[in-house]
Amino acid sequence: MSTTLLWYTTRGAGAVSMVLLSGVVVLGILSALRVQTAGWPRFLTTGLHRNLALMTLVFLALHIVTAVIDPFTHLGWLTAVVPFSSYYRTIWLGLGTIAFELLLAIVVTSLIRGFIGHVAWRLVHWLAYASWPIAIIHGIGTGTDTQSAWSIVLTIACVGSVAAAVGYRVLRGSSDPLASARSEFRAGIARRPEQ
Amino acid sequence: MSNLRLLAGPDLSSGAEAFADHNSRLGASPVGGRELIDTLTRSGMTGRGGASFPVGHKWQSVAASKRSAVVIANGAEGEPQSRKDRLLMTTRPHLVLDGAFLAARTLRAKQVVIYVGDQHQAAWAAMARALAERPEPERSLARMAAAPHRYVAGESSAAVHLVDSGVATPITTPPHPRDRGVAGAPTLVQNVETLAHVALIARYGDAWFRSAGRRGAIGTLLVTLAGAVKRPGVVEVEAGTTIEEALAIAGGISEPSTAVLLGGYFGAWVKASNASELPLDAAALHAQGLSLGCGVVGVHPASRCGVCDTARIMRYLATESSAQCGPCFFGLRALSDACSRVAERGTNREDIARLKRWSVEVQGRGACKHPDGAVIFLRSALNTFSDEFAAHPAHWRQQPA
Amino acid sequence: MSELHLTIDRIKCDGRGLCAELLPELIHLDDWGYPIIAPVPIPNQLAPHAQRAVASCPVLALALKRTIRSK
Repeated sequence: MSTTLLWYTTRGAGAVSMVLLSGVVVLGILSALRVQTAGWPRFLTTGLHRNLALMTLVFLALHIVTAVIDPFTHLGWLTAVVPFSSYYRTIWLGLGTIAFELLLAIVVTSLIRGFIGHVAWRLVHWLAYASWPIAIIHGIGTGTDTQSAWSIVLTIACVGSVAAAVGYRVLRGSSDPLASARSEFRAGIARRPEQ
Repeated sequence: MSNLRLLAGPDLSSGAEAFADHNSRLGASPVGGRELIDTLTRSGMTGRGGASFPVGHKWQSVAASKRSAVVIANGAEGEPQSRKDRLLMTTRPHLVLDGAFLAARTLRAKQVVIYVGDQHQAAWAAMARALAERPEPERSLARMAAAPHRYVAGESSAAVHLVDSGVATPITTPPHPRDRGVAGAPTLVQNVETLAHVALIARYGDAWFRSAGRRGAIGTLLVTLAGAVKRPGVVEVEAGTTIEEALAIAGGISEPSTAVLLGGYFGAWVKASNASELPLDAAALHAQGLSLGCGVVGVHPASRCGVCDTARIMRYLATESSAQCGPCFFGLRALSDACSRVAERGTNREDIARLKRWSVEVQGRGACKHPDGAVIFLRSALNTFSDEFAAHPAHWRQQPA
Repeated sequence: MSELHLTIDRIKCDGRGLCAELLPELIHLDDWGYPIIAPVPIPNQLAPHAQRAVASCPVLALALKRTIRSK
């Protein structure tokens, strides 16, 4: 494979990963908020969320492998694993490594959700709100395509849709219909001093 | 009555029996041990908290574990009409403690918790004082814990949850507390009246326990007589005594009655004409699809409206849902709303249909039995007051009972 | 004979309703969106669908239990 082709693949797979990951985040939020219409059942949201997440990993693998084996950058495999170990664009590549590892933790815990239990799984899943912005900053900071129009449009679209979904979630509050009644009841029976 | 057992001894109005008096009247408590479990199993006694679970079987389950156990004496008594646990704790605290420590020694418990409803101040004070009278090592083995003033706080997994984390809400079973309770240890959650019976069975044996009882039933039990009764309160009767006979001890009914609420808010309405001959015995009532519950007999006067009272109790039970399980919280709220609409605005076909459908749908769909108790109560109301529900006028004839 | 049954942890369940979408033969939702499970053992041909419903529960409230039934 020629160096140029590798380089284009790295950038292309990176851009696709950004789009997919943003889609995964948006779908995750829609699923937590129980968004549903007659033609769009809830299992479609969660199923798509899951499958797009797995697909994101495939494109990220492509993105990382092509970047590492590209002889021009001499990144080495360590860069893919240890954050900030690259001499080349140290900060920005380091962020990419962190975002990838967070995502890996999220996917792996999801695959073994039945074993680790719902509470632990959910705690790890909140890391999505760290992984996604770090990935976006990595993309912007690394900067090969930052100036090009297609990249700007894509990034704005991704950031915009995730921001809208997050904003919607914050405004809606908990989607568990029992949440407020439950905490009210618990507050009413708060522990009294024992004698 | 000559066959008093739990309530035998000094006059109840003189308050808690002191430890020395208790011991000189009954003799010191035996130590307990494996053979006590066999004695309890042979006695055939069932729990008096409401579920009527066989006591020997429960102790066997707890003893089967290699881990040391925890004993919770359950005196939460959240049932609004019940008074018997309070009366027992206030007047015979050492019978309850004898039973609790017999359980502790038999089951090698490392912890005994005396769980008392925090609104039952006299009972709390009597139990705390009685505990201070006990010798070591009993005294330091046990501690008091306050059950919050909520209906579900007396449920056994809620008692475990309170001891574990300070939150008296039910938790999902299985595992049942007797297998995995406080801090994962097998936990005996036993009603205080049950423990008091244990204290006497340990002294006098299972044959003695079985020597009381009528119409094939065994032992004695405490019954709370409430509502339209001449002298409402707690009486001790032989199991198998009919409701009419029990009411006669309290001077009979004080005004004409249409129905009896048997077993408290977790129980069922029975037409007065059918109720008088019913035996106060868990097994016999169970065979008829009824439940003794915690032994409340509430006599409903003919002057009150059964639909309105049902609506009022349903509202209470709906607000007592701990909002952990959707079918219970939303189901009971919807049932209560529909009941109130019928009570306030009169019968309408849609609400009656909803009451019938939901009261079946909700059953069995909670972590604890709260929704089940509520819909069994409601279905019994729809049966017992079927004429009243079919043509209820738009009135809201109710004052707090 | 062993039978497969669906069980729900009612405290965990918060009525997302995916199970009823994925296994409408055995699960339907009540008026408040919480599942009602048909009180029958799961027929063999529905076992994979039941498995999928269990795996898709967002709060892990649904489980399959195999019980041995002596005949």
